[in-house]
Amino acid sequence: MRTDLELIYDWVPQGAHVLDLACGDGVLLERLAQEKGVTGYGLEIDPDGITQCVARGVSVIEHNLDDGLGSFSDNSYDQVIMTQALQALRRPDKMLDEMLRVAEEGIITFPNFAYWRHRIHLGLRGYMPVSKSLPHAWYDTPNIHLSTFNDFEHLCKEKGLVIVDRAVGVGDHKGHWTSKWWPNLFGEIAIFRVRRRP
Amino acid sequence: MPDSDTLAYDERPADSVGLVTPHVAKFDTPLPLACGKTLPEYELIYETYGTLNADRSNAVLICHALSGHHHAAGYHTADDRKPGWWDAHIGPGKSIDTNRFFVVSLNNLGGCHGSTGPVSHNPDTGRQWGPDFPMVTVSDWVASQARLADHLGIQRWAAAVGGSLGGMQVLQWTITYPERVANAVIIAATPRLSAQNIAFNEVARQAIRSDPEFFGGWYAEHDTVPKRGLKLARMVGHITYLSEDAMGSKFGRDLRSDDLHFGFDVEFQVESYLRYQGDTFSTAFDANTYLLMTKALDYFDPAANHGGGLSEALAPVQCPFLIVSFTTDWRFPPSRSRELVDALTLAGKSVSYANIESPHGHDAFLLPEPRYHALFSAFMSRAARELKIESGVEEKH
Repeated sequence: MRTDLELIYDWVPQGAHVLDLACGDGVLLERLAQEKGVTGYGLEIDPDGITQCVARGVSVIEHNLDDGLGSFSDNSYDQVIMTQALQALRRPDKMLDEMLRVAEEGIITFPNFAYWRHRIHLGLRGYMPVSKSLPHAWYDTPNIHLSTFNDFEHLCKEKGLVIVDRAVGVGDHKGHWTSKWWPNLFGEIAIFRVRRRP
Repeated sequence: MPDSDTLAYDERPADSVGLVTPHVAKFDTPLPLACGKTLPEYELIYETYGTLNADRSNAVLICHALSGHHHAAGYHTADDRKPGWWDAHIGPGKSIDTNRFFVVSLNNLGGCHGSTGPVSHNPDTGRQWGPDFPMVTVSDWVASQARLADHLGIQRWAAAVGGSLGGMQVLQWTITYPERVANAVIIAATPRLSAQNIAFNEVARQAIRSDPEFFGGWYAEHDTVPKRGLKLARMVGHITYLSEDAMGSKFGRDLRSDDLHFGFDVEFQVESYLRYQGDTFSTAFDANTYLLMTKALDYFDPAANHGGGLSEALAPVQCPFLIVSFTTDWRFPPSRSRELVDALTLAGKSVSYANIESPHGHDAFLLPEPRYHALFSAFMSRAARELKIESGVEEKH
């Protein structure tokens, strides 16, 4: 599994009922169901991803996240997970509200625009960053709301959310000690677990 | 539309189930119906494709739509020009792979293709049932299908599958007999008709019932059929099966001849097409059956018994669902499928949903399309894997 999925795997409690937004090929939900008895649904918009989920026996619903989560009622899930999709949404802030309406807790991962390699691309070379976590050129990227580790923390504070856990991924592994101390500089993928204030 | 030319049997594709012969099952246990009447005895005509395995765990039920019947796949004779109505999806290597599954497809009660219906003889009167044939509902069909399953020794369907009105029967199966359905596939359907849907049905019924040849439904006794009414009903129905885009790209404003004639004969190709569809249908389908089938559509509403709560109505269902809609279907648009999906997720049931891009409107459910095929096959393969159904072909190798 992708590094960020390995990390959040541990954050999903046994037997939880979850929504996985932009669930891709369903590999996370499949493992969570098989190994932790987790139930729930993946939402996905990519036809191949949906077919792969169905082939795995993962419940998947074709759904455009920009339409919100209106069809899911308040507090109907334990957790809402959204990996690598925040930056592609029209209104990431509203989605955060939606996630924490449907569940008390949310897990979010996104590419950290302030990662040092990205900074070199932009700061020294003067080009929009292209990397493993941001593989697109500026003109065809689906990532319309790039942000940094710090930006997201700031948004959570503004919304009065509790950051339960945060982590970073770098390349194919979990963050080095440098990324733990300076996540905004050394983290390539930002990973947050947030809750509504009780 | 003109059909393709006759194919010699050996020219037919390898993924056809080939020549098939219908069977008839007779039932003499009275069937109580939702309308309060009882059908004392009845027959169901059905076809099967593939082989029932030793533990009878690989049977798939096909439920047909409004004007459908038991002949879903293959050919009846070597001279048949067209295969069964769902041949695109039933056969070796197709979405419903007959190397794995034993497929059962029947004509519903009230039908006019061999199962007991208005054209059958009423044992009480000795004359044709005609308009006296009792109103049958989706629930009644499901009850009769369950008896067919008993007759075939099938305790549980590996999957129940249907499009449009067929999808509604599948939904009813999962509610009435949750333990008898291992998987459900509901395509281009709706959990209940909208006012607009019922309105279109009523136009169709009025067209039939106001035809002077209808004779209150006793047209057979007058040696006639309400052809004009049926034709109109089919023309109206057919418009709702196609998308505006599909009609536009198929016909546009193309004329049948080079010049306008400023009269009421056919000028545009679309008129010619609709008249052809209507004419063909008006001699091939029974008017009383058409009336009954449209009423079964109108009455279907599993949520009604639960104060309108579909999610509550779905509480008993147990199996995984695959729900499919098509982007340009305006008869039962994607939002109607989504209604069902949302009720299933609210009830915490296992469900997957896809909205397939297609220009073909409601009719898309009958047609082959790569994404539709990949998804449908993936669901059926997963079902076979979970039920430990072996492929007949692999076993031989």
